[in-house]
Amino acid sequence: MVEPLLSVRNLTATFERHGAPARVVNGISFDIAPGEAVGFVGESGCGKSVTARAILRLAPEGSSIAWGGHILFRGQDLLRLDDAAMTDIRGRHIAMVFQDPMSSLNPVMSVGAQIDDMLIRHAGLSRRAARRRAIELLDLVGIREPASRADDHPHQFSGGMRQRVLIAIAVSCQPALLIADEPTTALDVTVQAQILRLLMRLRRELGMALMLITHDFGVIAGMVERVHVMQHGAIVETGAVDPLFAAPRHAYTRALLAAVPRLDTTAGPA
Amino acid sequence: MRGSMRGCRMTEAASLQAPRRRTTAQVLVTIGLAMMAVLVVVALFGPAIAPYNPTKTSPASLDGPTMAHWLGTDSIGRDVLSRLIVGGRATLLITFVAVAISLAAGLILGLASGYMGGAVDLAIMRVLDVVFAFPVFLLAIAVVAALGPTLGNLILTIAVVYTPTLARVVRGPVLSVKRWDHVEAARSVGIGEFTIAVRHVLPLVISPVLVQTSLTLANTIFTVTALSFLGLGPPPPDPNWGSMLAEARQFMELAPLTVIGPSLAIVFASLTFIVLANGLRDLLDVTAR
Amino acid sequence: MSEPLLRVRDLCVTFPARRGRPPVRAVEHLSFDIAAGQTLGLVGESGSGKTTAGRAILQLQPPSSGSVRLLGSEIVGMRSAPLRAMRRHMQLVQQNPYSSLHPRMTVARILAEPLAVHRSVPPRQIAERVAELMTLVGMDPSVVHRYPHEFSGGQRQRIVIARALAVNPDFVVCDEPVSALDVRTQAQIVELLQRLQERLRLSYLFIAHDLAIVRAVAHRVAVMYGGRIVELGDAAQVYQTPAHPYTRNLLDAVPLPDPARQRDRLAQPAEEPDFRGHAGRVGPCVFGKDHAATDTPAWHEVSPGHGVSCCFWPPENPARR
Repeated sequence: MVEPLLSVRNLTATFERHGAPARVVNGISFDIAPGEAVGFVGESGCGKSVTARAILRLAPEGSSIAWGGHILFRGQDLLRLDDAAMTDIRGRHIAMVFQDPMSSLNPVMSVGAQIDDMLIRHAGLSRRAARRRAIELLDLVGIREPASRADDHPHQFSGGMRQRVLIAIAVSCQPALLIADEPTTALDVTVQAQILRLLMRLRRELGMALMLITHDFGVIAGMVERVHVMQHGAIVETGAVDPLFAAPRHAYTRALLAAVPRLDTTAGPA
Repeated sequence: MRGSMRGCRMTEAASLQAPRRRTTAQVLVTIGLAMMAVLVVVALFGPAIAPYNPTKTSPASLDGPTMAHWLGTDSIGRDVLSRLIVGGRATLLITFVAVAISLAAGLILGLASGYMGGAVDLAIMRVLDVVFAFPVFLLAIAVVAALGPTLGNLILTIAVVYTPTLARVVRGPVLSVKRWDHVEAARSVGIGEFTIAVRHVLPLVISPVLVQTSLTLANTIFTVTALSFLGLGPPPPDPNWGSMLAEARQFMELAPLTVIGPSLAIVFASLTFIVLANGLRDLLDVTAR
Repeated sequence: MSEPLLRVRDLCVTFPARRGRPPVRAVEHLSFDIAAGQTLGLVGESGSGKTTAGRAILQLQPPSSGSVRLLGSEIVGMRSAPLRAMRRHMQLVQQNPYSSLHPRMTVARILAEPLAVHRSVPPRQIAERVAELMTLVGMDPSVVHRYPHEFSGGQRQRIVIARALAVNPDFVVCDEPVSALDVRTQAQIVELLQRLQERLRLSYLFIAHDLAIVRAVAHRVAVMYGGRIVELGDAAQVYQTPAHPYTRNLLDAVPLPDPARQRDRLAQPAEEPDFRGHAGRVGPCVFGKDHAATDTPAWHEVSPGHGVSCCFWPPENPARR
């Protein structure tokens, strides 16, 4: 059996808001093998985003959070790493793509400069080499005329293009694991399909593992090998994607699947 | 959850500071309010609290601190503490009334300007820019010189001078709040524009206005005392902090307390509103929705 | 023939030129009818002009030309007092329930406001009507003294719907009413809207970026692209025999909850049309043809009640789907 890339054991996350502790992740465990794509499905507040952020030790704004358990990445426990070592992991070995591409980009820096920074910091490239690589990356994520677009600022890109830029930044250091938290929720369906195709292609070309987080079973269907369904901070069902869609065992999984709007139903309005 | 998680690339250390900042803010606001309570009591009940009649002279001039006169007496033997307390009343009343007027004017003009936009906005803002361009003292001296140093003129001048600042602080957030969804929702329901402006926009811009009002109060204290110092304040013999400083200046070496007393009072009063403004800013989280 | 509840004819919205940029023709020559108790699904992507169209129909955005007749009255150019009275008949449900409710008003006040404005019920009965509205949208009337932030997204959207229904409207524009919500909540809100339609005989203009959501609710479907309706027909016609390439593009993009089929679709090389110019109407259509340089393609009838606007219609090779 392959040694897992990421091994989460008994992870807990407890918020302290207004003095009262609230446990939002309740002792979950899972593995991600190198190059594997794993989906996490659940609704708002089920703890899926908090789980993803725990791996990078990111806490939501305006709150304090305590984590428990172990997050083993290539054998190191990320929860017990010092801040400097953790900064080195972020972006370089584990990268993340967020739902809202606008607020994740610096509005006053050109997108090229934002990619350059990553490459200079994590890959130790010179500014000139970094810009060459940045243009290659923009081309890789399907941005037309990458050399001139690199000097543009985030507001000059559409939502889908911004998400591509964000993906370019995320994969700039060829991370072993890419975490995508609702990467297409804010986008149009046609753009969503393009972004999903892009993620598939990059995963294949770069050999990354992918952790895809979404509330939509339709998004996850063609993208991953295994699915974890989360509810109330716990994993309620886990399985390979085909059997899970064909015969969901947990009632919650069935309810989520039934709610996906379908084109092939005959049911229209009465 | 989705809303609150937006765009948070925060480290653990940074996130831990948020609740602490809130507690500090609460402490600041409590201290500020307590200090303000002292000022309000002085302003309302000054003559009743003062141990002596503040205008009554006595032979014991420039007397050092004694049990009878805690802060000594001034050049014509008046009790400094009593003059401080009663003088605070004049300074503070001018300040509060003037700022109340500019707050009312600022709210009306800022709301009208920001909400209506277009030509109205342009007209209001240009007029306010002209007022804003005048140095405070120049305008005050001109008005008082032209119309006479009455209490009313002083208050009016200060109110006019600080209106543009407050109007701008109202107008800025109005420009953004008027585009929020719930405003359009109100319009689509059939609510009139005036009601929308007052009920659906105004309550959401109050936080920054409170902070700015508090800062304006601090500034006004300085302005009032400075104008009185220059002799443009309320006419003598009634005491006020500015004129007390002016009178005491020549006897500074003989009786330092006559200068230190009013100075500390002015600092205390401005500090009150600066502390309050800082606390309010953090507590109301003025930048956030 | 009697006039339908809502009749929109040649509705155009042009945003004036700003800072050297040319004027933006956001909506062009929109024409459709909605009958009482029926839903028209208006589908398009961001920048297609669908939200502007909804706002222009409700006169929240002044149209530059065209006609909107609701219940037989022309409302384009209506003066503000009669228009405000007319708003009793037409209401709006916005996309984002996190921003469409006044954050400092209780639910009771939010729901009472339209009742008071239109004097729909005597003041003494307002509380009673508010409770009735809460029940109507499936909420517990005892929570009306809470503030919006105390509710989940789905609950807030129910409150938004209750506010829209407070004055017994005939027509409601639902602007992406579920796209900010979780899938399961989406299904519940869609079901609620359908139930309310049957019970109150409401007409909806249901705006969405996703054909899958509209499938469940719409009797007729209009597809918008670059400010124009490019295809309009009964739901069955549009879904089963899409005539415009953009409609097919939208249908192909809908993710399917079927791993094998979805894998196949994602594995196919993406047909990624260049959308750069579509927002300003200057630039190519999905086939790369620049209509701005020539004329708007004519409206072709595919079958009775089903039309398409595309200069490539009818297709040269009918075998191609």
